[in-house]
Parts: sequence; structure tokens; C-alpha cells
Amino acid sequence: MANKGKEVRGQGLGRREVLECMVWAGTGVLWTVSGGIPHSVGLIGDAVAAEPTGFTFLQMSDSHIGFDKAANPDALGTLREAIAKVKAMPIKPSFIIHTGDITHLSKPAEFDNADKVFSETGVRIHYVPGEHDIIDEERGKAYLERYGKNSKGAGWYSFEQKGVHFIGLVNVMNLKAGGLGSLGNEQLEWMENDVKHLSKSTPVVVFAHIPLWSVYPEWGWGTDDSAQALGYLKKFGSVTVLNGHIHQTMQKVEGNVTFHTAASTAFPQPKPGEAPSPGPMKVPAEQLRSLLGVRDVNYVGGHQALAVIDSTLE
Amino acid sequence: MKKTCWILGIAALAILIAVTAGRSTTSGTASAQENAMGETAIKIDNFTFSPATMTIHVGDTVRWTNHDDLPHNVVSEGKTFKSKTLDTDENFSYTFTKAGAYSYYCSIHPKMTGKIVVQ
Repeated sequence: MANKGKEVRGQGLGRREVLECMVWAGTGVLWTVSGGIPHSVGLIGDAVAAEPTGFTFLQMSDSHIGFDKAANPDALGTLREAIAKVKAMPIKPSFIIHTGDITHLSKPAEFDNADKVFSETGVRIHYVPGEHDIIDEERGKAYLERYGKNSKGAGWYSFEQKGVHFIGLVNVMNLKAGGLGSLGNEQLEWMENDVKHLSKSTPVVVFAHIPLWSVYPEWGWGTDDSAQALGYLKKFGSVTVLNGHIHQTMQKVEGNVTFHTAASTAFPQPKPGEAPSPGPMKVPAEQLRSLLGVRDVNYVGGHQALAVIDSTLE
Repeated sequence: MKKTCWILGIAALAILIAVTAGRSTTSGTASAQENAMGETAIKIDNFTFSPATMTIHVGDTVRWTNHDDLPHNVVSEGKTFKSKTLDTDENFSYTFTKAGAYSYYCSIHPKMTGKIVVQ
């Protein structure tokens, strides 16, 4: 016990405060879309059923199937635990959004193992790739063959659910030396056209792997051309951005846009600047599950907010 | 007594110079440090290529080894060389046959950059 929390570099924060923050990094996040604005409504175990006019969806992220290092020797095991929590939810989510890094090394067996566990949920999963999903020899071919059927370019697409417009973006391809995440001109052009016909009152949810806001550029936690993408969304009253990549939950509101990052189901990463690098954070085994999670979102028709619930594996 | 002090002083200075010289091979612009196989080693540690800039001669081989718990790769900006994805403890070697400056980066984590100067 005496050593608990020692490996967590909480500069300026007491151990207790660091641990309190960690409770937020969980199994996943439950979202409820009420009348347009996604809202986190708490941890999965506390999830409240959506009203009949709405729906809920789940965000899961950074499963890193194949990762077996000290920070979590069994990433498939912790994904199984997360999926068990999803299966036990009283109201089934309408679908799952996976914000990338399904696998650790883009190997076929890693994708197979992930698919097998995710299929147990029985709900549709909308994926976007993380940088770990496109490091096969042919740079993303394995990912696109599995998940890219109805997508464009490197795997971007959009879809509608009960009046909410969802946009899945790819910001992990063709990254430039010294740069951050990148969407690229082709994708930006597609996105501009994709939202052009939508009315201003349409709630928009954008999801991508690397944060679309500048979380910590020193560690590559941002996207070079995200301002251009967000520019196309200025006319909308409600925009929710869901990201992964940084293996911890964070939220930020900027005008009409609410930004969220989700926890990983595999291993935690340090807070910005609180370690020499963003590598996997080793925590005492009994703490690990409090840092992994999923997110549930609840959409309630007629209200102006999406409710978000982050829940840990504990 | 005075003579002994002088000798000690000079010895201390020599040690200081030796230590300083030793350091310059692991940071900043480094001269080649060869391993038993005649290869020059670059470490990938904490999302950093170390040394970040290295000067070698035509015909020299550089070996990059990943010591991180996450995968990295080594890609030259002009696509002169490109490694496959290097998982923990995996390495990549390349022999430089032409003089010039070669900037490279990790295309998975593009904040990681380095440079090889071939004389």
C-alpha cells in the first residue's frame, strides 16, 4: 500500500487527487443524445435508460489487442471484462463507436481476436482506425478490408441515427515528420460536402482516433488541420467530438463544440507532460481496472444534450 | 606538497575532459559509436531517437533498436530507407552508400525525428 500511486507522476497533485481523477478514466463512456447535445451521464453501472424517443450508444477505444507488456500483460482479458459489462447493461446501446487502436500491431490474429470479443455484444460497431491499426506492410489494407466496406478514402464515412449526424474521420494516415495527426485535403473536402446539406439544428457527432483539439502537441496529441474541419461545423448548434488515443478521459467545451477523449480498455497513459514520454503507464495491478473503461452516450429526443457516462472496469 | 596538488589537479582536469568527451557521443551531434559488428547504434527510448543527430562515413551501417513498450518505425523523408514496424527490442539496419544529410522520423509518432549526416 505504501507504494501505491508512486509510479503515477502527479506533479502538483496529491496522491488522493490523482486517484480521484483516475476514477474518470474507465471502461467506456455511456452517451445519451438528448435533443442534440451529447452528455455524459455517469459510469456504466449507473446508466439510466434513454427515453423512448432517444437512443444510447457506446464509445470504446484503444483496445490494443496484442499488447502484452508490463502495463497490462492481458489486453484481451480486460477487453473481455469491458464487453461483459456492456452485455450486462439493462438497455442495449443502439451501436458502438470504436475510436481506434483496435489492435496493437495490425496483425490478422489481433484483428480476429478483437472481432470475436466485440461480436459478443450483438450490436453494430462503427470503427475508425488508430495508428496501431494501419502498421501492416501495406499501410492500412488489413483495416480497410475488414472495416472499410462503406467508407471512403482511408476509411472515413458518415451515417444518420434518429436525426443525429455521425461523422467518422481518419487522422492517422500520411503523417508528416515533426507534425501531429492529419486529416488531409481529400477528407476535408469530403467532409465539407457531407455537412453542407444539413440543417443548422442537426446534432452532429464527430469521432476520430487522435484528439481533434490541441491536448498536448509536444506528445503529438492534436491534429494539424482540425481547425479546418471544425470550421465546417460552425453553423451547427450542437457538435460533439469523441476521440481516443491518449488513454484517459478529458473534456473541453469551446463555443458550440464539446470535446471528449475516452479511456482505453488496455492500459493507461500519463497525464500530459507528467512523464518523460506518453508510453504505457505502469500502475499497481490493483489500480489498473480503475483506469480502463468504456463510455455510454444517451440521446433523448426533444432535449438539447447528449448524456455521457464514463465507466471503469472496476 | 605543491607538486602533488598540481598533479592531482591535472589528473582531475583530464578526467573532466574525458567525461565531457564521452558525453558528446550520446547527445547532440555525435561521432559514430560502433558496436562489435561495425554498426553504429541508435537507441529508440521514451519516444526519442538517441543520438538525434549522428555523423558517419560512407559505407557505415546504422542500427536502430526500439527499447519502448510501444512500436515505432524509421522512415527517411526522401524515402531512401524505411523500416517495417519495430516492436519492443526489434531493430533495423541500413548501410549508407552515398554522402549527404538524411532526415528521418517515426511515421507512427511523427514528433520523433532524427538526422544522419554521411561524410
